[in-house]
Amino acid sequence: MIVAKTGNEAMAYAMKQINPDVVAAYPITPSTEIVQIFSSFVADGLVDTEYVAVESEHSAMSACIGAAVAGARAMTATASQGLALMHEMLFIASGLRLPIVMCVASRSLSSPLNIHCDHSDSVASRDAGWIQIFCENSQEGYDSVIQAVKIAETCYLPVMVAIDGFILSHCMDRIEVLEDEQVQKFIGKLKPNYSLLDVKNPITVSPACLPDSYFEHKRAQAQGMNDALPIIEKVIADFAQAFGRNYPVLEGYRTDDAEVVVLVMGSTVGTARIAVDEMRLKGEKVGMVKLRFFRPLVYQRMKERLGRFKVVGVLDRVESVNSYVSPLATEVRACLYDVNPCPLVPSYVYGLGGREITPDDIMAVFDELLAMNKKGKMKDEVTYVGVR
Amino acid sequence: MASLKELCKEPELFSSGHRACAGCGEVLAVRQVLLAAIKPVVCVMPTGCLEIVSTIYPHTAWQVPMFHNAFENAAATISGVEAAYKVLRKKGIINQDINFIAFGGDGGTYDIGFQALSGAVERGHRFLYVCLDNEAYMNTGIQRSSATPFGAHTTTSPAGEKIPGKMQWRKEIVEIMIAHDIPYAAQTTIQNWNDLANKVRKALSINGPSFINILVPCPLGWGYPSEKTIEMSRLAVETCFWPLYEWENGTYRLNYTPKEKKPVTEWLKGQDRFRHLFKPENKNLLDEFQKEVDRRWERLVRRTQTNY
Repeated sequence: MIVAKTGNEAMAYAMKQINPDVVAAYPITPSTEIVQIFSSFVADGLVDTEYVAVESEHSAMSACIGAAVAGARAMTATASQGLALMHEMLFIASGLRLPIVMCVASRSLSSPLNIHCDHSDSVASRDAGWIQIFCENSQEGYDSVIQAVKIAETCYLPVMVAIDGFILSHCMDRIEVLEDEQVQKFIGKLKPNYSLLDVKNPITVSPACLPDSYFEHKRAQAQGMNDALPIIEKVIADFAQAFGRNYPVLEGYRTDDAEVVVLVMGSTVGTARIAVDEMRLKGEKVGMVKLRFFRPLVYQRMKERLGRFKVVGVLDRVESVNSYVSPLATEVRACLYDVNPCPLVPSYVYGLGGREITPDDIMAVFDELLAMNKKGKMKDEVTYVGVR
Repeated sequence: MASLKELCKEPELFSSGHRACAGCGEVLAVRQVLLAAIKPVVCVMPTGCLEIVSTIYPHTAWQVPMFHNAFENAAATISGVEAAYKVLRKKGIINQDINFIAFGGDGGTYDIGFQALSGAVERGHRFLYVCLDNEAYMNTGIQRSSATPFGAHTTTSPAGEKIPGKMQWRKEIVEIMIAHDIPYAAQTTIQNWNDLANKVRKALSINGPSFINILVPCPLGWGYPSEKTIEMSRLAVETCFWPLYEWENGTYRLNYTPKEKKPVTEWLKGQDRFRHLFKPENKNLLDEFQKEVDRRWERLVRRTQTNY
């Protein structure tokens, strides 16, 4: 069925079709609508969900964790300060290997206050042990939420699905939605490893671990994320086969004969596609690589796919204050370090606090990248695109 | 009414061999609560003494399901557990009644976990929140909380040359819970097991949130010999510093009135944390302490008489 929906509406609709056992959430711009719409599904009896209208995002994640430990399928939605307030609990959700799925409408972090899009919120939770999916458009947002449930419950890892705040969350788009039964069949039933509610087999969950055991727990958790890629790619392939929409973890756009590419996450992928087309019209052999997963970092795929380019310009919608280069560029440089010859990996930061990024901006980046390719030398430090 | 004979027959659900200090009031309270509880129960606790003494991996003292999440969110966590129970019960995945108990210290209840507690009570989840009130952050080494009594020396309200200990009065957490129009709230202590057991049973038979504040003396934090825990608990009641009372269906009830109200110094003098108050120059502080205990006691008596 084809419908007109905003990104928030599409994600809320996916949640309705998933019909989770528990949703605990707190409103925050620009993700408020997700919980608002979802609570209307609850009020109208369209879902079986227990909706816990908590008093903060910290409590939202705490309640989701409680529900998941009790063996329930739990979901939430947030953004920005809300995700920051949850920060502590993100680590507990992943440390307990709980398959919680969270919708995020990406937004900058205060101060100064700003409600518009950048990736400060999700990228700041990079080390929290969550799988992180960045979506190009609302269709992908909708599809990713459904995939996320399957991925989370197969890997026993929590997943956040990020759509760009306002740019996607509030923009009406053409969305192809699945039938409820198709969604239910795809996600299947949750099979929790244990339940706190199993009173006949009482367990203590999340005890204190001293230096003699903590390290092993964290090492095992890291392995869980290291092992996630094949599971993710299987879910993506199954989804593509069932519904005809394919979203690889790393997707090249007009990269076959390209020496120079940009690497992008989120809605700017769409903008970059136009910029590539424009550059191609001018006869420049440039391309774009879309990165869908920031965690797990798909370094195997990145080595395979990015290593062959001469220049990989990394566009990051986040400022990591005083890091040598931006967060994604740091990862790419580390990843390609042992590739010989190693591509130039210049770092660009754009679009903070919702500052618009246009095809022209990205074409200007391409001009710089082409010049670097010619010289065989890059500007080492971060370039800020569109800052006045 | 729980009889001692009856309670003795109940299996111990909090095992011996845990790492609590000798004379720890907190674990006595947990054992009493679990003996009295209507089973089965599923429990949650925040980070604190209780978690550290009862769960060091791979050991656990808990014979009932127990989930430790973080410090400030026991009530939010149990909200999620209870919400999961409701929906799984509806779906037929869970087929029996379960009672939910959160055990928090005064730090996790009065202070850092207060917002989550207020939210969970307002939302009306069916759970009992037990505050194990030992009047300071004992787990991190005796720092003041908003439950710490006036004048007490703690490591963050030290009795110094200029400031003689904590200069604020403790927060009346039970009254704050009552202000939520909670169906059941009570205050008790470990010395009166019968009172405690009855309150736990009443609380768990309520279809909604309930709250019990239990005074649990701490030998290390209060500075008294470990064999005096029950005496400390009794003196707190006999001096009317710690009234045993409850709030049920909109009505106050005083559960115990001492035949002869002891001066509060009887309770204070056995504790190192109040030792400085007994210096001659601090006599005014002791007087002030007594005055405030009297004021609060009389206010409570008035409330129970008029059902204010």
